[in-house]
Amino acid sequence: MKSQQKLVIFSAIGLILFFLVTGSMYKNQQSNEISNKVKENALLLERPYSYSIGNKDAKVHLVEFFDPACETCAQFKPLVEKIMEDNKDKIRLTLRYAPYHSGSDYVVKMLEAARKQGKFEETLDMMFATQKYWASHHQPNPQVLWQFLPKIGLDIDKLVVDMKDPELDKLIAQELADAKVLGANKTPSYFVNGKPLQKFGYKQLKELIYSEL
Amino acid sequence: MSNDEINKNKSWVLLFLAWVVSAIAMLGSLFFSEIMDFIPCTLCWYQRILMYPLVFIFVVGMMPYDRKVLKFATPLVLLGWLFALYHNLIHYGIIPESASPCVQGVPCSTKYIEWLGFISIPMLSFIAFSIIAILLYTIKRRDV
Repeated sequence: MKSQQKLVIFSAIGLILFFLVTGSMYKNQQSNEISNKVKENALLLERPYSYSIGNKDAKVHLVEFFDPACETCAQFKPLVEKIMEDNKDKIRLTLRYAPYHSGSDYVVKMLEAARKQGKFEETLDMMFATQKYWASHHQPNPQVLWQFLPKIGLDIDKLVVDMKDPELDKLIAQELADAKVLGANKTPSYFVNGKPLQKFGYKQLKELIYSEL
Repeated sequence: MSNDEINKNKSWVLLFLAWVVSAIAMLGSLFFSEIMDFIPCTLCWYQRILMYPLVFIFVVGMMPYDRKVLKFATPLVLLGWLFALYHNLIHYGIIPESASPCVQGVPCSTKYIEWLGFISIPMLSFIAFSIIAILLYTIKRRDV
């Protein structure tokens, strides 16, 4: 009986080790593939129209694919801001869209239209702050956002017109296509100098950023 | 060693093989979802619900060997096998997707992998449940 028990225990350990080793090998391989794709085509990380915050010549380029309706994105915003504040002028953040939630593309259009009025960051802050009112998973309703927009000082009439720009559909399609190539299938997805964040978490993100500083 | 004990040992080995198959199925499906980021569809979840407990039930049944393990495992295996069969029928388009319960989220006809032209994830599940069913049936026939 004893040898049978040993066989079970060693097999279990062996299977789990095999799982962990192949898993980490697979992840590393994926990460290398993405890094290579980015080296071949830098546009994947940043399009000419992409919105960036921070010093142009910063040492670290942080790219975030986000969805205005994603709660984790809202939670991570102040954390990322804190890292940027602690390393002033050393980090540049580029915000890319990955509107995976239903109705999110509408919100992205709203945000892009607000950007034309120079209120991108204010609008995004407002969207994250009011997320619970409009981004409920059971009933997402971006229309609710309209009542908050005038408070930021946006010209609503202009916003409505700008949101209808067919270029925005192309922009969203481009964002989704780039996200797909880069394997950014979850939000938020981070890339630090072209390297994907392999294991999601604040600590891991911070470590990856600091390793490039 | 008495005849009875040799018999028991052979049954134990068969049970051990069933456990290995279920453990590989569990870790493999976790690899697809956690490492490769494939999102499991509804039917995949039902099969997982029925496959994962087997790994632990078999361990309990092996240490030491207890024939009662068959009684506890059989309903899970049979139900899991039926779900896997149904999933394959959808996957290969024999039953239309619209007739299936999973229309929201990831459709169960989504093909994630296609190894050697015929091995898909639902096929792997079906193979695993079938092997386990055969092994358990063999044990049932052997023991009296």
